[in-house]
Amino acid sequence: MKNTIRDYILGNLLFTEDPSVLQDDDSFLTQGIIDSTGVLEIILFIEETFGIKVNDDEMLPTNLDSVNNLVDFVRSKQAVAA
Amino acid sequence: MCGINGIAALSMQANISERDVRSMLPPLQHRGPDGHGVYLDPGRRIGLGHTRLSIIDLAGGAQPMHNEDSSVWVTFNGEIFNYLELRADLIKHGHCFYTDSDTEVIVHAYEHYGDDFVQQLNGQFAIALWDEGRRRLLLVRDRAGILPLFYTRQGERLLFASEIKALLPQLTTAPHISPAALDQIFTFWAPRSPNTLFENIFEVSPGHMLTVENGCVRESRYWDWQFPEQGDYLAGSDGELGEQLYALLADATVIRLRADVPVGAYLSGGLDSSALVSLIRHHSAAPLKTFSIGFEQAALDESAFQQQMIDHLGVDNSRICCTNSDIAEHFPATIFHAETAILRTAPTPMRQLSGLVRASGYKVVLTGEGADETLGGYDLFKEAKIRQFWARQPQSEWRPLLLKALYPYLETSSTQAQSYLRNYYRIGLDKPEQPGFSHLTRWFTTAQCKVFFSQELNAALREEAAAGLTGRLPAAFGRWHPSNRAHYLEAKTLMGGYLLCSQGDRMLMANSVEGRFPFLDHRVIEFANRLNPRLKMRALNEKYLFKQAMKKHLPQQIIERHKQPYRAPDIPAFFSAQPPAYVDDLLSADKLKRYGYFDAPKVGLLLNKARRGSSLAYKDNMALVGVLSTQLCHYFFIEQFSRTIREADSPAFY
Repeated sequence: MKNTIRDYILGNLLFTEDPSVLQDDDSFLTQGIIDSTGVLEIILFIEETFGIKVNDDEMLPTNLDSVNNLVDFVRSKQAVAA
Repeated sequence: MCGINGIAALSMQANISERDVRSMLPPLQHRGPDGHGVYLDPGRRIGLGHTRLSIIDLAGGAQPMHNEDSSVWVTFNGEIFNYLELRADLIKHGHCFYTDSDTEVIVHAYEHYGDDFVQQLNGQFAIALWDEGRRRLLLVRDRAGILPLFYTRQGERLLFASEIKALLPQLTTAPHISPAALDQIFTFWAPRSPNTLFENIFEVSPGHMLTVENGCVRESRYWDWQFPEQGDYLAGSDGELGEQLYALLADATVIRLRADVPVGAYLSGGLDSSALVSLIRHHSAAPLKTFSIGFEQAALDESAFQQQMIDHLGVDNSRICCTNSDIAEHFPATIFHAETAILRTAPTPMRQLSGLVRASGYKVVLTGEGADETLGGYDLFKEAKIRQFWARQPQSEWRPLLLKALYPYLETSSTQAQSYLRNYYRIGLDKPEQPGFSHLTRWFTTAQCKVFFSQELNAALREEAAAGLTGRLPAAFGRWHPSNRAHYLEAKTLMGGYLLCSQGDRMLMANSVEGRFPFLDHRVIEFANRLNPRLKMRALNEKYLFKQAMKKHLPQQIIERHKQPYRAPDIPAFFSAQPPAYVDDLLSADKLKRYGYFDAPKVGLLLNKARRGSSLAYKDNMALVGVLSTQLCHYFFIEQFSRTIREADSPAFY
């Protein structure tokens, strides 16, 4: 899952195939990887890819603002669903 | 409006030929389809050219024009709106006029006032004035930068023209795109004046004058946006100041209705154009024709508000509906006329709109452009104000929540949105006194598009764009109120470098239509700049005093309407259907590598995303339009340099 997320971020938000430019703890906001609209793209991506639904009250940087945060968030959503 | 051009000798070795001056006329044909003229001084030190769009004194206004003894010559693009008053005054002082045109006022005003003549002019202008006795050329541009004027030094000659394309026939080789200019465009949306997209080609900056004498070229500033330093704002109650503002706007509008041809107006449905149309209606008896843009995408369309004003004022309105495919089809011509890279497609519908004006038999339109910059309208100003307020208590939980008022789509996510707002808009919060504070989020977001720059381009950059700008601000800048600093930066970057040229003059003149801008009358700017900032933005109510001044003339819904920024579809314009061939061609890995500005694999990934329809971020939209327009500029002005010169005014290719 982490690699799927990393590949998505690299290819669609950083526009590169070079994995060294993204650390798993990098904040998407402060690194300028997304702008105020970009978070919508990330939500769309995880909803479509991992079959989860992101609620309004889950739209938080602690859930969505780094690779590690996304992995933890998607795992917890899947655990609840299962 | 018109096109001007010319060549000045910078040494005794250089001789100016009429043929060279004439070679610059065809690319300006669209600016002046009604006639042309050339003047060469007997000593061949100067050649002046002019293409004419006749609006005032249709019979007698041919240019270049001279004074009584033919010792002062002028070629002029624009309008002097106070020419009747100036003319009467100059006649009183003994000057003799041989025409009824506004142009002739310039030569006599120069005789009378010397270089200070420009202080007498109320208008929009690009002027080349030759003083035969002193062998001296002045190149002058209006205060706000409504009309363009470019120049370049070619050996011992100075070339100048209303558009860059008119300089090309006199260049020995194609120009080069400037890496620093691309850096500035991909930060501020426009090159920083006097730079243009091209190396060694400059503009005369707004409010500036270039003096060419004894082979030297000297630049001086005669006017600038200035603000009170000690809080000495205009005194008076809101009611009194509102009345003064109304009277000023009414006069600024009335003098802009002076023309020997019928005058129309743009109507967007927003507050500014609605107020303008109302002012015209109340202060002119002539039947009024208005022109509007609609979009097929409902989110961008303002037709309902336009209709409200049409009904309210009983004007005769014509409207175009702009589709995605219109934008894709006309984007190359937009760039050919704009002569620069841009980050939005929004100029393209403006060119369609001026086409409608022309097809309706009109040559002149008034527009509401400039009201936001002068009277305090943009969301950016609100954002800056909130960020200033927040910076005073950076730990505050609720201060950043005010930002939600600006971005209604974030409202839906209730309290959670605050985390994003807090993180995203924190930038620079620890230094609210830094000069670019108001614009940091915009510049930071836009500069993310530089991720697509090629290694070669990055290697050629010497100075970071934002640092370069903030290092060249007026000495008093830091003593102005933070809101006024934001106004200044906005006027000098986005308005001067993009709105008035790429989206303004060039899109109007592409169809031989003259735009007139009452809100940019310098008396309005000077008045507005002396207002207490809280009269421009009261709490978060934008253009407060302006609304007070206009409210009895406008429907309440128009006054209370949340401001909708004018936008056109960007990525969807090109990718909602099969993109036109030029898009695939110019964005192919081969062309990207050959032109050298952008990283081909990265742009390839962006293209894939655009084709999938999954690009939502502003950043992607700006980047794609920026890359495509840069590629088009290279195509037109570098790769196809010879052909562009040959085909002059009508780029049939692409």
